Amino acid sequence: MRPRPSTAGDLPVLLPFRVSRTRARFTLGPVRAWLLGAWLAGLVLVMPALAQGPDAVLSPLQVILRWAPLLLTGFAFNVAISLVAMLLGTGAGVGLGLALVSEGPILRRVAWGLTQFFRNVPWLVLLFFVMFLVPFQVTVFGLRVPLPDWIKATVGFALPVMANVAEIVRGAVRSVPATQWEAAESLAFTRRQTLFRIILPQCLKRMLPPWMNVYALIAMATVQASIVGVTEMLTLTAQVHAAEGGRPELFAPLYGFALLCFFLYCYPIDRLTARLERRFETA
Amino acid sequence: MSDGASPMSRVPPADRPIVQVLDVHKAFGEAEVLKGISFDVRRGEVVCIIGPSGSGKSTLIRCINALVPVTSGTIRVDGIEVVDPKLDKLALRRKVGMVFQQYNLFPHKTALENVMMAPIHVLGQDKREVEVRARALLAKVRLAGKEAAYPGEMSGGQQQRVAIARSLAMRPEVMLFDEVTAALDPETVKEVLVTIRELAEEGMTCLLVTHEMNFAREVADHVYFTDRGVIVEHGPPETLFSSAVDARTRRFLSQVL
Repeated sequence: MRPRPSTAGDLPVLLPFRVSRTRARFTLGPVRAWLLGAWLAGLVLVMPALAQGPDAVLSPLQVILRWAPLLLTGFAFNVAISLVAMLLGTGAGVGLGLALVSEGPILRRVAWGLTQFFRNVPWLVLLFFVMFLVPFQVTVFGLRVPLPDWIKATVGFALPVMANVAEIVRGAVRSVPATQWEAAESLAFTRRQTLFRIILPQCLKRMLPPWMNVYALIAMATVQASIVGVTEMLTLTAQVHAAEGGRPELFAPLYGFALLCFFLYCYPIDRLTARLERRFETA
Repeated sequence: MSDGASPMSRVPPADRPIVQVLDVHKAFGEAEVLKGISFDVRRGEVVCIIGPSGSGKSTLIRCINALVPVTSGTIRVDGIEVVDPKLDKLALRRKVGMVFQQYNLFPHKTALENVMMAPIHVLGQDKREVEVRARALLAKVRLAGKEAAYPGEMSGGQQQRVAIARSLAMRPEVMLFDEVTAALDPETVKEVLVTIRELAEEGMTCLLVTHEMNFAREVADHVYFTDRGVIVEHGPPETLFSSAVDARTRRFLSQVL
């Protein structure tokens, strides 16, 4: 591939995005399987509009085909944000959840307060807060590390994930009968050993479906990042629409394409969650 | 094994008590469950506690390994003051094994792993050495061949014998049995009782809360009858079962025998 420092045909609105394209392509991998499906379904979606398209301008299908690589790169960003938010949130949430079942009354109170707070505030407001409070760069050992917007947004989404995961951990630990604690205690296990060797291994399975449920919710919520200016699929869809002259007949196909991408991503997760739930119920 | 049924074939109990319970009271809120219980268990002795449901028997046995804190009174187990606020609970529980009514095996571990876990993680013993001992213990409770079975794949009687082996793997000085046959099918009760009797014959100190009167009569050295939080009457089984003095004891025995 030859380098293109400034491509003539490209619209200026896309230029800042090009920079991060190589990184984004990396996360596109898992999505690639869905690409074909999205494409085909998109085709059906735009068929009716295709017939009325004037000759001079591109038909809705042509518009989607033309911008699909860009839009899907944007979708890959949504996936990346959701995955990293889930990773951070799960790590913090397990810690918070263990604090919720700890013996220290103060620790338990503080953890309870944090959990309740982050579970009961709008995600979008949290996102605004984080975008404002987290600096655009941090200095580590005299080295300036820039924090791109999407990283900050990720932290914003990780907070509700943390609180929800903490609640899942607490519920799962509480669901193990007290007699298991008694049995372990009578064998002289310490509390920590009991928790990590006996209680948690028993409830890992039980935690999986609700955890996946949180993931599907956070994946869909990532479009809220567009409101705080993060370049992701919804932002790009709006920009593409504008770049194509804001033609009203393009609105439904373009946003329909975005809906479809999220549906194709989240629906299998939802099905899998339901199947696991059923299996663990019978087991 | 049937020829060893007589208590006479056992190691004779030593005189020094290994468990001393003195004037123990326990209240859950307003409800006083134990109202001044005192008794001793000597080393090598088999003591049974009988009595109607709700008379505080399970609470009493749980106080001995500090699963339940007492309200007042003294409990001493092999020199350890159980009621001491600075009690080293882990040291106490290494001396006291406990078997529960609902077995309480760890469902995510096999029979062998259930037996091996505590010696490895609590006592820090060598895994290979523990495995040899655990297999021997499972064979002792007649479960050789069930090492790889999970609790969910075993009958109640089998699970309860794994629970006994699990407790024995810690080499306790005293074994507490809390109505260990109450949740079992009648046909599996016997296999568990046989296991406990063998333990008793080997000289293990056993304190049992039980509804198995025939077992108590055959195996116990001493039987305590409790009702509403107090010991009503106690004595060697042959005396208590045939010539009880208290009217409450007589009524209870006439109902269960």
